[in-house]
Amino acid sequence: MRGGGLRAYALLYLLFLYAPILLLPVFAFNSGTIVAFPLNEFTTQWFSQLWGNTTLRRALVNSLTIAVSAAVLATVLGMFAARASTRYRFPGQGAALGLIMLPLVLPEIIVGVSLLVVLLAVGVELSVLTVIIGHTLICTPYSVAILTTAFSSLDQSLEEAAQDLGESRWNAFRLVILPLVMPGIMSSLLMSFTISLDEFIIAFFLAGNEPTLPTYIFSQLRFPKAIPMIMALGTVLVAASILLLALAEYFRRRGAARTGQTNSGGFP
Amino acid sequence: MAASGTESGQGLRMIAPPLLYAVLMLAIPLLTILTFSFIRDGYQIVIWELTLENYRAVWADQIFRALMLRSLGVAMLVTLATVVLAFPVAYFLSFVVAPRRKAMWIFLITIPFWTSYLIRVFLWKVILGYNGVINSGLKSLGLIEQPLSFLLYNTGSIVVTLAHAYAPFAILPIYVALERIDRSLLEAGRDLGESRAMTFWRVTLPLAMPGVLAAVLIVFIPTMGDYVTPTLIGGGKIPMVANLIQAQMLDIDNKPLGSAIAVTAMLIVTLLAALFLLLNRRFLRVRT
Repeated sequence: MRGGGLRAYALLYLLFLYAPILLLPVFAFNSGTIVAFPLNEFTTQWFSQLWGNTTLRRALVNSLTIAVSAAVLATVLGMFAARASTRYRFPGQGAALGLIMLPLVLPEIIVGVSLLVVLLAVGVELSVLTVIIGHTLICTPYSVAILTTAFSSLDQSLEEAAQDLGESRWNAFRLVILPLVMPGIMSSLLMSFTISLDEFIIAFFLAGNEPTLPTYIFSQLRFPKAIPMIMALGTVLVAASILLLALAEYFRRRGAARTGQTNSGGFP
Repeated sequence: MAASGTESGQGLRMIAPPLLYAVLMLAIPLLTILTFSFIRDGYQIVIWELTLENYRAVWADQIFRALMLRSLGVAMLVTLATVVLAFPVAYFLSFVVAPRRKAMWIFLITIPFWTSYLIRVFLWKVILGYNGVINSGLKSLGLIEQPLSFLLYNTGSIVVTLAHAYAPFAILPIYVALERIDRSLLEAGRDLGESRAMTFWRVTLPLAMPGVLAAVLIVFIPTMGDYVTPTLIGGGKIPMVANLIQAQMLDIDNKPLGSAIAVTAMLIVTLLAALFLLLNRRFLRVRT
């Protein structure tokens, strides 16, 4: 087989990538209170412990609120930016897009710290809302990237045809463009949701006393007693994010099929 | 607006909402910490008096210099390890995997990246720890008597953890660059009598360089500012610059000094990135 050595290396690399995640369920279902080998008996007690934990429930509700809001906001902002970058040419376009995409190359702690200083100076109380502000900022570049791909694969003459046939500009967008980029919008929503749900350092700075899932996990990692429960939580989270990613991948492929591209994994 | 009917007017109105958001929530905060870094800390209140004292304090501080150097060293090691380990995988994806299976491979590589970062980092502690997977595994195999204590709480364990965390960031840009290479150039190289290795060195690698460059920057910048890994894997014994920023901003609550550290760190990262890009351009020019 061609590239046999490379293939073996790639498979080893995959093992390296998956090793920590494969360990999660092993310890989540293990009755031992210390996370180490040899294993004890099979148990689901850590999962029932999760269910009864009220702080965790509060953190989950907070995280879901933040992730849904940030995903919607980032996707809406991303649509504007992607449309502006693919459909129009105007002075300062590069600089404007550069600033919008800047969080991609900025350490997240800098984003968190600078927002914290300003919010405190203006007198805004730290809450779930302030985390939404920060997460929208870091999710928008990803939305822009996904949606730019979706918008740029559109045939502009479709929209022009609709306008020539008497539709207003807004109707042409709503009736022709929007359905075609819908898969891109869905995958942008899912991607932003996943990023926000997992984001730690900005939430750590901006959440005040409100727990989010990552800040709750971080606070629990200090207590050896809480670790098995965290392993169970991790297992649930991994299962949920694989489900979300599979959904996002499904929408991406459908989008690619709808606009008549060949499927090359999102990289033309 | 005067230009409202024209294309550029429409474009400007289209970009206004995300741009306004980025200005309010990113540009202004960044300018604010830049300003903060030049004013005097008055404990809980801010004294509006311009000073270079924060920067003097930062640069005179041995701890800061040591932490900065360590962060740079760790980030460079992580970047080197990540990119070198990732290149063959990207090459495999682009040149060996059949086109219809590429999407599946990319999906496989990106899945671990989307699972909880904190838990992934913590699991490396479980793997490398004193009673961890490696130690208990080796012990039950009878290969060692006492657990190996050198696995955790050091720079090496931080490098492994971060190289794992940022793997897809390195693979994807290199893969994209490799995909863009016109395959007929490689055939031309071979037809003109170059060996496979020389074709790789003189054609494939220079053409893949933009991807490698992107990978280096995408891995280097966030690892410089990583907070979680030094805290969990370093066990607090190997703090990096993010830990220092966090301590000044929240625990000690000296925002001007914290801002000065953040700005200095950002400046150093930017300078290094620019220097790296410049050197790389020269390297490419010499070779072509």
